[in-house]
Amino acid sequence: MPKPDSLQGSLDLLVLKILSRQPRLHGYAIMSAIRDMSGDVLHAEEGSLYPALHRMEEGGWIRAQWITKDTGRRARLYELTAAGKKQLAAEESRWQTVTSAVNRVLRTA
Amino acid sequence: MSMWSRFTNIFRGEQLNREIDEEIESHISEAAGEGRDTGEARRALGSPLGLREQSRDLRLLPWLDSLRADAVYGWRQLNRHKVTSAAAILSLAIGMGACASAFRLIDALLLRPMPVAHADRLYAVVRQGVDFDGQVRIGDSCYPSFRLMRAAVKDRAELIAVSFTERVELTYKSDPEIEKAYLQYVSGWMFGTFGLHPAIGRLFTELDDQKPGGHPYAVLSYDYWTRRFARDPQIVGRTFRMAGVLYQIVGVVDAPFTGTVPGTVTDIFVPTMMHPGVVHDDWIWHRTMAQLKAGVAVEPVRAILHAISRGFEEERAKGFKNMSRESIEKLLDQTVVLQPAAAGSSALQEDYRPALLALAVLVALVLWIACANVANLMTAQAAARAREMALRVSIGAGRRRLVQLVLVEGVLIALLAAVMGAAFTWWSAPFVVSRINPPDNPARLALPADWRVFSFGLALTLAVTLLFGLAPALRASAINPAMALKGGADPHARRRSMHFLIALQAAFCFLVLFFAGLFVSTFERLSHQPLGFSAPRLLNVETAAQRAQPPVFWDQAADRLRALPGVQSVAIAGWPLLLGEAWNGFVSVNGAPPGPVLAYFLSVSPGWVDTMKIPWVAGRDFRPDDTTPGAAIVNEEFVRQFLKGVQPLGTSFAKGETRFQVAAVVRDAPYRDIRELHLPVVYVPMHSVDEKGAMRPIQNATFIVRTAAPNPMALASILRREIPRAQPDFRASNIRSQQEIDEAHTVRERLLAMLALFFGMVALLLAGVGLYGVLDYSVLQRRREIGIRMALGARAAHIARRVTAGIFSMVLLGAAAGLVLGMACARYIQTLLYQVKPTGWGMLALPALTILGAALLAAAPAVIHAVRIDPVKALRAD
Repeated sequence: MPKPDSLQGSLDLLVLKILSRQPRLHGYAIMSAIRDMSGDVLHAEEGSLYPALHRMEEGGWIRAQWITKDTGRRARLYELTAAGKKQLAAEESRWQTVTSAVNRVLRTA
Repeated sequence: MSMWSRFTNIFRGEQLNREIDEEIESHISEAAGEGRDTGEARRALGSPLGLREQSRDLRLLPWLDSLRADAVYGWRQLNRHKVTSAAAILSLAIGMGACASAFRLIDALLLRPMPVAHADRLYAVVRQGVDFDGQVRIGDSCYPSFRLMRAAVKDRAELIAVSFTERVELTYKSDPEIEKAYLQYVSGWMFGTFGLHPAIGRLFTELDDQKPGGHPYAVLSYDYWTRRFARDPQIVGRTFRMAGVLYQIVGVVDAPFTGTVPGTVTDIFVPTMMHPGVVHDDWIWHRTMAQLKAGVAVEPVRAILHAISRGFEEERAKGFKNMSRESIEKLLDQTVVLQPAAAGSSALQEDYRPALLALAVLVALVLWIACANVANLMTAQAAARAREMALRVSIGAGRRRLVQLVLVEGVLIALLAAVMGAAFTWWSAPFVVSRINPPDNPARLALPADWRVFSFGLALTLAVTLLFGLAPALRASAINPAMALKGGADPHARRRSMHFLIALQAAFCFLVLFFAGLFVSTFERLSHQPLGFSAPRLLNVETAAQRAQPPVFWDQAADRLRALPGVQSVAIAGWPLLLGEAWNGFVSVNGAPPGPVLAYFLSVSPGWVDTMKIPWVAGRDFRPDDTTPGAAIVNEEFVRQFLKGVQPLGTSFAKGETRFQVAAVVRDAPYRDIRELHLPVVYVPMHSVDEKGAMRPIQNATFIVRTAAPNPMALASILRREIPRAQPDFRASNIRSQQEIDEAHTVRERLLAMLALFFGMVALLLAGVGLYGVLDYSVLQRRREIGIRMALGARAAHIARRVTAGIFSMVLLGAAAGLVLGMACARYIQTLLYQVKPTGWGMLALPALTILGAALLAAAPAVIHAVRIDPVKALRAD
């Protein structure tokens, strides 16, 4: 069983969002982007990142491509597919619904 | 990613692993580029194997991947034990192939519905009664009775008359040679009722079957059109001449309809009205089939048909003069029965149904023996792999996974065996069919390899896998790792099940050998019994004249043949003995009313008795001027039946209005069937005089030629050429040696004996191999125990007894069970036996001794192995 990541179900959303802004990133860059853009608050669990990427690739939301870097090492770059864009919209609206609901609870309680 | 890519990924698993590893490495190097410690970065990622597995499972089908892995592993296991695997696969292949062949034959002959509309509503209408010899006989109706029956059930069912398939001689106009074809007279409305369509031209309708002799038209079968005419589209309108009538071909019926007689493929169909028998109320020449209308129950239709048939026969019986009241009663006491006939209706079905079923049981037993073998083999292998299994359990393999591992290996064995078995079936089923009838008149049975056969094969493979694979698989998975790794798991449970299988094998092996012995000795009895005449060097030249010719022409032709070199003597007869033809009637002696026993008649020329070498008892041969009515030669059985206490020579008797006087008595010779050694037979002169005193002309007769050379067939071509020269109007239609005719009567018995013997041998071999394997395994397993015993001073004989005692008692137990089973089953095959008593000691002792001998032979290597065990080595090895 993979350990539950600290982002609890929002890893997919973050990865899709980042790939929608910056296409063609490799795994490490995606991880760094999550950390940097969240102001060093959100840390993707490194062990869950790749299974998540592969699962989304399997689901057809992102696609991958091998490139050879200047160092001679190969890297696997990911980018969003059309289905991924739709998924992102769906995930975003779901996130909005959930957070606004949570906020309502916090305000009234 | 699509299903397909997930499927293909299974077969590039290594590359998948490399890609995942490479991506992780690239991650680590990025981390190092940021100044992180590589060790820390690796730890943060977690177990690389875990990552690999998670990602892998996403990208392919995990269950299929594990199957693939197990298959590869199973294949390696099979390869490691090449000889045992080959033995297992081969024995299973023979068992499965034989089973599939038996299924193909039974399906083609008995089960497969004919390719006609509503085959499920098709019935054969027969009359069931008790014959004069006390046996239940099934008979058919005459055509006038058929017409009445058809009219009576018109609104509930359609009745169809279909003649027995005849092998006829015909000539095509452009072709002077006589050729043979299988012809069937069928009701004109048959094609429409069966929903058949023409491939070319048209088929018959009701209008083609109304006036006796008035519809000289023919429809060809697709098979015949293809074989004889290469699908010539110009065939419609061509004519042929048969029995002096010119027929016109009007069309070809579409494939795959080949007639209603499984075992014969009909070439030509003509309307029933062209058969001379349609106007006779005492000719039986066709079967009656009924196709019920939708939703009609069988019983009411049967009752109507029975009432009509009974009424018709009663009316007919009023015209019988020379029969006792008792005989007439017996003749009338028949019940009309409707038998389901979706698969058609033929004599071959009736002849071969019990034989094929017996054969099916034999092959099923052989398959069981083979399965038991493979099961034992796998159990022994599983024992050898107990530690491997224990290790797998210890590192977390689930029970299901282990069952799968062993079952996959079983499936591999079964699949390989199925492929080889399919090849065996492909060859053997047509081979068996080709052996069913004598070579000049082979049975032709459509043996399609379609979905029916394929699904049977698939079901068989599956069943076989479960039969031999499930028990070892479950046992392997139930392993207790702690015990197994310590090396002390309970070996007795395994041995017990192996011993049970040995007993089962011995029982089945006994059964197969027992049946084989019965069939072989039946064939021996039949083929070696004294016939009462001398068959070697006899040639029968069946001859037909274009138009009937006076008897003197036939005598002249016989004289001409007699002059040929290599010919010893020539006689003429209506037909050869044992051909199966019969001419019978009730006989009244000295004017007394006729009794209930039928006498059989055959017309023969002077010299026939001597040519056949039938011994004389008393009296004289026919003279050239003897005629029918007049002198007669009778056999001893005739004297026993009709002339008890009378001086036979000179006694007169009558068949109907025809009177005879006994001129001679000869020894018995079988008349129509090799199993009927004693029938009352009357031989009457070929020269027959009608009421006005004129000689009756003869159209068909057989020249019986005794040759000087041992191979009579050497003269066949000379005789065939000589006959038209002797009489321009004569043609030799069929030339057969008497031995060939005799052998035709034992074809079924020979086939059964041959196949049963083959399967008996296979069963014995398989059981022997199985026994050897189990003994060898148990010696291997008890090596330590034997070593200790030997070290303590046990003698070799003692060791041998210890090793074999358990197994031999199992073999004996099995054989005893087989004996009981065999005696219980014997009555079901009684109809297939001839003068053989299934409960005779010889029949029971032979298989028992054979099994015991085979068991001793199979045990020898293991016993030698056991007594040669070196105690020091055995004890140190573990």
